[in-house]
Amino acid sequence: MDQFVLNWIFIGASFALYIGIAIWARAGSTSEFYAAGRGVHPVLNGMATGADWMSAASFISMAGLIAFVGYDNSTFLMGWTGGYVLLALMLAPYLRKFGKFTVPEFIGDRFYSPTARLVAVICLIVASITYVIGQMTGVGVAFGRFLEVSNTTGLLIGAAVVFAYAVFGGMKGVTYTQVAQYVVLITAYTIPAIFISLELTGNPIPGLGLFGTEVSSGEPLLMKLDQLVTELGFAEYTTRNSDTLNMVLFTLSLMIGTAGLPHVIMRFFTVPTVAAARWSAGWALVFIALLYLTAPAVGAMARLNITNQFWPDGPQGEAVSVETIANDPDYNWMATWQKTGLLGWEDLNGDGKIQYYNDKSPDMQARAEANGWVGNELTKFDRDILVLANPEIANLPGWVIGLVAAGGLAAALSTAAGLLLAISSAVSHDLMKGQLTPNMSEANELLSARVAMAVAIAVATYLGLNPPGFAAQTVALAFGIAAASIFPALMMGIFSKRVNNTGAVAGMLVGLIVTVVYIFLHKGWFFIPGTNSYTDAAPLLFGIKSTSFGVIGAILNFATAILVSNATEEPPAEIQELVESVRIPRGAGAAAADH
Amino acid sequence: MSDKPQANAYWAANIRIVTWCLVIWAIVPFGFGILLEPVMPGFAFWVAQQGSILVFLAIIFFYAWRMNALDREHGVDEQ
Repeated sequence: MDQFVLNWIFIGASFALYIGIAIWARAGSTSEFYAAGRGVHPVLNGMATGADWMSAASFISMAGLIAFVGYDNSTFLMGWTGGYVLLALMLAPYLRKFGKFTVPEFIGDRFYSPTARLVAVICLIVASITYVIGQMTGVGVAFGRFLEVSNTTGLLIGAAVVFAYAVFGGMKGVTYTQVAQYVVLITAYTIPAIFISLELTGNPIPGLGLFGTEVSSGEPLLMKLDQLVTELGFAEYTTRNSDTLNMVLFTLSLMIGTAGLPHVIMRFFTVPTVAAARWSAGWALVFIALLYLTAPAVGAMARLNITNQFWPDGPQGEAVSVETIANDPDYNWMATWQKTGLLGWEDLNGDGKIQYYNDKSPDMQARAEANGWVGNELTKFDRDILVLANPEIANLPGWVIGLVAAGGLAAALSTAAGLLLAISSAVSHDLMKGQLTPNMSEANELLSARVAMAVAIAVATYLGLNPPGFAAQTVALAFGIAAASIFPALMMGIFSKRVNNTGAVAGMLVGLIVTVVYIFLHKGWFFIPGTNSYTDAAPLLFGIKSTSFGVIGAILNFATAILVSNATEEPPAEIQELVESVRIPRGAGAAAADH
Repeated sequence: MSDKPQANAYWAANIRIVTWCLVIWAIVPFGFGILLEPVMPGFAFWVAQQGSILVFLAIIFFYAWRMNALDREHGVDEQ
């Protein structure tokens, strides 16, 4: 069957499933719209959290980031999973016991301060909007590549589907579609990985195959890969080439940022009990780990396959010829991806062969001179194509490619829906009901939540169609804000009875402002090129890169809040009682019944 | 729960459990995964790409099991 038809079948079937769930799971009350009626089973919530969390970045980009860098980019693996330990041990059970609907609501109530709530709303909206742009452009690109429609049409179809289940179903609709999307995305991610691992190592579990023996050479796969890349002048794959300080700080920043992202935290409001929230965090990480344990294998094996394709006789032999690339079906993927502009090669020295090597390595420059090479002829290899092109590179059947297309879309759509829900609840519950029109009836709040959702989808679609030039860099901003403002406020709200309204607001503002300014000083003010005073190659403070700065912002937040609180009055007795009640699981059912 | 000493004992036990879990949470990725990389590169690579994720899973499930038991011991579980 034609590949194009297969792609339509897989994507069409998965979308029909999401629409079916949307019709079934409509929200009838604000409790259903914001928290799925708090009736979600912990295992299902774990799956939904997995889909909510694993975005286009995890599904499409992460394996590519690891493949072309190796050990150093393990930071993403450790950081994006280690955050769940913080979330499970320090936030999720307590926020579930608190039993309200949004993250800013907890901050506002605990610090008895509408200002604190407003600061939290602003942080939430900025972090979530920067994050959602990437998801929407991802949807457009995936549609464009696999369905051969324009990116705009693809994006509009995706937005319409999200509209169907998020506007009518709220958290309830989003939860059950995310469960379905998790199943689609994990199947799509692991099936090609299993095929490739079997082919290369004979081991069906990619995470084990990565540390196994490569069948064709009889050598350990990682040793083979290290040999291959170093012979072409690239850095060794399995050892460290970056500095220790930034590796530690970047990993910590990703961990704290992950634990502070509101769209993930709010998923734990949907389970029935505190005990369920604890188990559910574990299940979430199980489902996330299935992809995160597989991704490093996907990266290493793809790097090996790609390098072997360019050097079919080994790195000391002849490079692949232009003719082979044009005619051999094994190389069809290259022509397909060249059309997208994300892959490029050019026979610079006109010898009819494509030499792929590191032209910045002195050893390779000597060899290049001896052989008449004038530079690396694989001129463009966008890291984002690795996962999507992987099944084609490994020559897997057409239905696997269709499945991967549906998986990539599921990852982007599920995360977009979670973010949009966080934004719309903050607008309708924290801004409208909380501050502007406190006397709004339940029916009106439900209506305003749906309107806020529709507007958020429209804004996200517009930004997806006209992405600001800085879209790719803003993920650092989202994690920086979550780490420096939201996580410390939540943690101190639970673990300290002494931190008061003034301290919390001062801490959040200091953490937020210092972090954002540090990022702007290195990346340009509002990411406008040329307006930066420093670069991440030569950063302002102690060699700390702006992407690793979130943890520093968090420390400043903690320090400011504690110092200011100790210099000002103790929180009132009823707030101290609130903290005590949040710390004790008994009564979580009653808290839910208030709504 | 009505009496304060009981509540304080529960919270102190909780803090002990969380602290030990976080010590392991920090040592495995940052110690074995990153800082000790120059000493044992192969093992650090495994910890950084597989081992630490498995340890995180073990910590969260241990915590859930231990805390749910602690709730019952102190009579603060949800009935």
